[in-house]
Amino acid sequence: MNSAEKRDRAVTLAVAVLVMIAGYAALFVAPEERTMRAIQRIFYFHVPSAWTAFTAFFIVFICNIVYLVRRELKWDWLGVSAAEVGLAFCTAVLVTGPIWAKPVWGIWWTWDARLTSTFVLWLMYVSYLLLRTLLPDPEKRARISAAFGIFAFLDVPLVYFSIWLWRTQHPQPVIGGGGSLDPTMWKVLMTCWAALLGVMILMVRQRYRLEQLRHEAEELAHAAEARASASGGELA
Amino acid sequence: MSIARAAAIVLAKELRLEFRSRELLTTTLVFVLMVIVLFSFSFDPTSEESKRFGPGLLWIAFLFAGSLMLNPSFAREQANDTLYALRLAPVEPFGILLGKILANLAFLLLTELLLLPVFAVLYNVAVLPVLGRLVVVLLLGTLGLAVTGTSFSAISAQARMRELLLPLLLLPVLTPVLIASVECTAGLLGDPAELRMNWLNVLIAFDVIFLAASYLLCDTLLEE
Repeated sequence: MNSAEKRDRAVTLAVAVLVMIAGYAALFVAPEERTMRAIQRIFYFHVPSAWTAFTAFFIVFICNIVYLVRRELKWDWLGVSAAEVGLAFCTAVLVTGPIWAKPVWGIWWTWDARLTSTFVLWLMYVSYLLLRTLLPDPEKRARISAAFGIFAFLDVPLVYFSIWLWRTQHPQPVIGGGGSLDPTMWKVLMTCWAALLGVMILMVRQRYRLEQLRHEAEELAHAAEARASASGGELA
Repeated sequence: MSIARAAAIVLAKELRLEFRSRELLTTTLVFVLMVIVLFSFSFDPTSEESKRFGPGLLWIAFLFAGSLMLNPSFAREQANDTLYALRLAPVEPFGILLGKILANLAFLLLTELLLLPVFAVLYNVAVLPVLGRLVVVLLLGTLGLAVTGTSFSAISAQARMRELLLPLLLLPVLTPVLIASVECTAGLLGDPAELRMNWLNVLIAFDVIFLAASYLLCDTLLEE
């Protein structure tokens, strides 16, 4: 085992331990919320997932810009990896939200500002990934999707602001905003975020390697094809 | 050659092309008209309800029309590789994009102005007293649609399944335009009529940000 592999193992192990600590803290260390009881504990997964998804989407935006400036495919690989992992976390947010909302609000979904804007964000990154599948050439895929990614990310503040403005004119659902968070709850929340960020980084790294290997396989296939057609030409 | 002059030449070319064939305008007009009629079938609104749903219906119809109509803007250039010829011209690439944006803006505005009286009659909405302010809202909302739609048409033209792809790329990004335009229109058609300035500002912000982004990204969009 070389030193890079050893380091990889150590990082993976550290993240695994952190995830276990975070899970334990969320279930047993954090105090029980007075009115919502146990269901409130989903908050330690829900909120950090949202923060992690936003972090991942921000990485996508940075990768898009760097790709367009430098034109090195590795930035595109990192971008698509972060986009996929970010979308997975964003999906987790949209799934855990209704699980919490049903017992607490009595409904699965409401067109509240935060829910709606997260949903729109999710849709934008789904179309980002969809666009990529419809562009077969790697260079073109990288360039075109980077342009779309920048447009989409610039739109995020506008989407948030307009949906927020739109909703404030209507009755607000009871969201746990306002009041201060218990210090222990706060610490548990931060531990959970650290754990999920670790998971995100590990997943992005794996996904990046997959993209790299796919690219190498494509290159090899092209080279083999070129060689076959060259020798075919000699025979004729 | 300045950007403005290049844009004017591309604009003239697009307008000439359209007024010779009238393909885009006729199909879009008929499409929006159908949406307006189908809406009446599926919701059967009373006159009170039409006031409430009218602005939303109108803008949904415009947005769908835009996402269908803007597709040929760049796809058409690919059939004979004419985009390549355009890019060979010694002009700023933004001139080409701007010309197309202005042409699409003109087509969309024309469609909207033709359909507005039809909508007003069918849904019994009084648009004449607020026409001036409504035109401002139409102009700003449609500019956002034209800028984003034309830039995304350059994106989708390079992909497979482009006709299906463009609405998927465009509609989520246009969320702020839809909400702001509907709110502005609803304010104008309400009683008393008022122009909701905060929503008008959202439209202006969207237009400025996306126009700036398309200026910065147009080299990337037009590259082959």
